Amino acid sequence: MSEQAITLTPQQLIRKRAAGEPVEAGAAPDIQQHIINVLLENSMGALIRVVNMFSARGFNLDSVTVGVTEDPTVSRLCIVTRGNVRVISQILRQLNRLVDTIEVDDVTGTDFVERELCIIKVRCRGEKRAEVLQVNEIFRGRVVDVTPDILALEIVGPTQKVDAFVNLMKPHGIDEVARSGRVAMQRAPQPADGGSD
Amino acid sequence: MSSASTAAALAEPQARLRGKAAVQQHIGKRMSGAEIFLRALEAEDARVVFGHPGGAVIHVYDEMARVQPNFKHVLVRHEQGGTHAAEGYAKATGEVGTVLVTSGPGATNTVTGIADAFMDSVPIVVFTGQVPLPLIGNDAFQETDTLGVTRSITKHNYLVRAPEDIPRIVHEAYHLARTGRPGPVVVDLPKDVLMSEGVFAYDDAIRMRGYSVPHECDEVRLRRAVRMIESAQRPLLYVGGGAINANACEALTEFARHLNVPVTTSLHGLGAFPENDPLSLGMLGMHGTWWANQAVQHADLIIAVGARFDDRVTGMVDRWAPHAAIIHIEIDKSCISKNIYADLAFNADAKPVLEALRPLVRARKVKRWHNKIQGWREECPLSYADDGELRPQFVLERLRAKTGGDAVVVTDVGQNQMWAAQYMNYTQPRSHITSGGLGTMGFSLPAALGAGLGLRAYGIDKTVISINGDGGFMMNAQELAVAAAHGVPLKVVIMNNNFLGMVRQWQELFHENRFSHTDLTDTNPDFVQLARASRCAAFRAERTDQVDGVIEKAWAVDDRPAVMEFRVVKEEMVFPMVPVGKSSDEMITSKHAPETFV
Ligand SMILES: Cc1ncc(C[n+]2csc(CCOP(=O)(O)OP(=O)(O)O)c2C)c(N)n1
Repeated sequence: MSEQAITLTPQQLIRKRAAGEPVEAGAAPDIQQHIINVLLENSMGALIRVVNMFSARGFNLDSVTVGVTEDPTVSRLCIVTRGNVRVISQILRQLNRLVDTIEVDDVTGTDFVERELCIIKVRCRGEKRAEVLQVNEIFRGRVVDVTPDILALEIVGPTQKVDAFVNLMKPHGIDEVARSGRVAMQRAPQPADGGSD
Repeated sequence: MSSASTAAALAEPQARLRGKAAVQQHIGKRMSGAEIFLRALEAEDARVVFGHPGGAVIHVYDEMARVQPNFKHVLVRHEQGGTHAAEGYAKATGEVGTVLVTSGPGATNTVTGIADAFMDSVPIVVFTGQVPLPLIGNDAFQETDTLGVTRSITKHNYLVRAPEDIPRIVHEAYHLARTGRPGPVVVDLPKDVLMSEGVFAYDDAIRMRGYSVPHECDEVRLRRAVRMIESAQRPLLYVGGGAINANACEALTEFARHLNVPVTTSLHGLGAFPENDPLSLGMLGMHGTWWANQAVQHADLIIAVGARFDDRVTGMVDRWAPHAAIIHIEIDKSCISKNIYADLAFNADAKPVLEALRPLVRARKVKRWHNKIQGWREECPLSYADDGELRPQFVLERLRAKTGGDAVVVTDVGQNQMWAAQYMNYTQPRSHITSGGLGTMGFSLPAALGAGLGLRAYGIDKTVISINGDGGFMMNAQELAVAAAHGVPLKVVIMNNNFLGMVRQWQELFHENRFSHTDLTDTNPDFVQLARASRCAAFRAERTDQVDGVIEKAWAVDDRPAVMEFRVVKEEMVFPMVPVGKSSDEMITSKHAPETFV
C-alpha cells in the first residue's frame, strides 16, 4: 500500500482524486448518497429500462419512486443511490443515455425539499398508547387506523425524521411498516434583490 | 486519396432521399400492416434484408411476394447468421443493416448478433415477429418476451401496437441505430398488427424529446486542448472504431500529419489511419505491438478519438499510461472517464472537433519522441519462425501481397483474429471488420456475406476476405451455401490448426499444458468437401510452397465463394501479449518474457 503511494505519478494522483478514490494509505473511499430526479417518457417499458440499467451495470439502488407529472405523457422518478464520484457520474450518464429520459437532475448538494411518507402499525394499549400518541403528536403524525391492540400512524417528512420516528416506535413493538421512498424537488431560487417586485 | 472515399461517399444522405422518393406514391393509401412495414423499409432505403420466415411474420413474406418491394431479401439459414450479415453490411457500407425474423426461436436466435452489435456500436435494426397482442403474456405458441430479452443489449426497443404506428417507429429505429453512438434497435411486430389494415403515412421529422446527438466543442475546450497539445513532449493519438463510424478518418489523418503525432489504433480502429504511414504504430493493447504499448506507457499526452479504453486495450487500468494527460473525443458521454479519467473531454462527433482543432495548433517538433519509438520498433519487431513449416502469419503475408491492402478483411475470433490484425496492414477505413467487444466465434462468415452483398448493393467493387479458425468457422458454416446461392465471390480462409487455438494458447501459457477439450482433430470435418457440398470452390494448402497457388486459384473464382483451407501448425502462439491482469509494461514477447505468468 505505502509502496504504491510512493510510486504514483502526478497523473495517477489526478485520476484517483477525480474518481473519489482514496489517495492516502488507509483513507476511506468517499462514498455518498445521491438523490436524482428523472423526467421520463410515460410509456411502456420506460421505467423498466431505468431499473434494468441499474441492475445490468451493478449500480446501487436505495429507492425509486415514480408518478405521473402535470403532463400525462411524462412521469417523474426520484432515485436514491450511492457511490463515489466516478460511479455517480456514470449513473447520470447512463441515465441520460436512455432514449426515454427527458431530463436527469442530481439534486444532491442543491437546496431541495425532500419528503417521505410512512405508515406504521404499532402494538400498544393502555398507558403505552398515550405515550405513542404523544410521540406521534410531536412528529405531527396522523392516526389512520385504530383497534384495541394496534395504532396505525402516518408520518410525513424528510427521511431522517421518518427514521427517527420508526426508531422511537421500536420498543413498543412494530407490527408493520410501509415506506414510500423519497420524493425531492429543488426549491425555486430566491430573488436576488430581496424579494420585492 | 482513395482511402476515405467509400465511407464518405456513403455517408451522404442521398440514400435516404432515394428511399423517401420511392414511397411517395403509396402515401395515403390503405393497406395491410405487413405492406405498410415493407413500404417503411423502402422509405429507409434498406437495400438488403437478411431474414428468415415463420408463423408470426408469414404475412410480411406473403406481401413481399405480392408487392415485390424494391429491396433484396436474403434468406439466411440461421437467424444468428442474419444478424451478423446485417452487421457486416453496416460495417462495410456505413449504412444501417436490416434483419427480419419470426417470433420465439427466430427472435432468440438473433440475440447473440444483437449483443455483438451493441458492444461494437454497429447500426442494425432487427424486426421480430410477435404473437398477436391479445395473446401476449399467455405463453402462446412461439411467444418470447423479446423486449425483455433484448432490453439490456439494444440502444432501444419497440413493441408496435397499431399499423399506423409502423412508419414512425421504423423511421425512429433507423435514426437511433445510425446516429450518435450507433447500435442495434429491435422492433417487435405482433401478428395481428401486421394483418390489420391502416393508412400509410410518411413523415421525415423525428420527434424524440429525450434523444439528441451531443456536440460539446466550445472555444474554452478548444483553447485548453491547444495548450495541452502544444506543451506535450510525447503526444500520442489513440484511435478507436468511433472515428470510422463518424467518417472522421480523413480529418484524423490530416490532423495527425499536420501535428506530426504518432497514431495507434484499437482493434476496431484498424484502417482509420493508414498503417503504411510512418506515423502509424499499429494496434495497441493485449496483442498490440510492443512499440505501441511502450509509446502509451511513456506518452505525456494521449488524444483518444472515438475509443473507449476497453480492458483489452488498457490491461490493468491503474497502471496504464501513467504519465499521460488525456484528451477524449467521444460521442458517448458514458464512455468518458469510465475507465480512465479524461482531463479534457469533447462529448461530440470526432470529425468536427478534429477539423476545428487542426488550424489552431502548430506542428509539434518531437524528433526525440519519434526516435524513441523507432528504437522500440527495432527492439522488438513482429516475427515468427522461418523454418519451412506452414504458419498462419505467412499465409496472411501472402494474402496481403495479393491484395495490396485493397480488400475488406472480415475476421473471426481467436488467434486468427489477432494475426489478421497484426499482419494485414490496413490502409483504408471499413477495410477491417471483426467482432471485438463480444468476441463472437462464428461472426466472420456471415458478416463477410453481409459485407459482400452490401458493397454490391452500393455498386462498390471490392474483394471480401473472410478469415476463420477451424473452430469458429463451424459455428455458422451454414451461411456458406447462402453466399454461393447469391454468387458472392467471398475468399474464405480457414486457418486449420485442428485446435481451439486461442484457448489452447492460454492453456499452454497459464494452465500447464492441460489441453482440456480444445483438440478438434477428431471432430473437424473435411473442410474442402464441406465447402464443395455447399456449392463453393475449395482448395487446400499444407506446405508453404502451395500457398500462392491456392490463393491464385481462389482469386480466379468470381461467381461463388472460394474456400481455402490452410493446414497450419497447431503450436503457433500470438505474440506479443499482455497477460490478463497485467499492465501494458509487462508484455510477453520473444525478448521480454516474465518468468511466471500465472
Ligand atoms: C461463441 C463463442 N464461444 C466461445 C468463445 C471462446 N473462445 C475464444 S477464442 C476460442 C478459440 C477459437 O478457435 P478457432 O476458431 O479454431 O480459432 P483460432 O484461435 O485457432 O484461430 C474460443 C473457444 C468465443 N469467443 N465465442
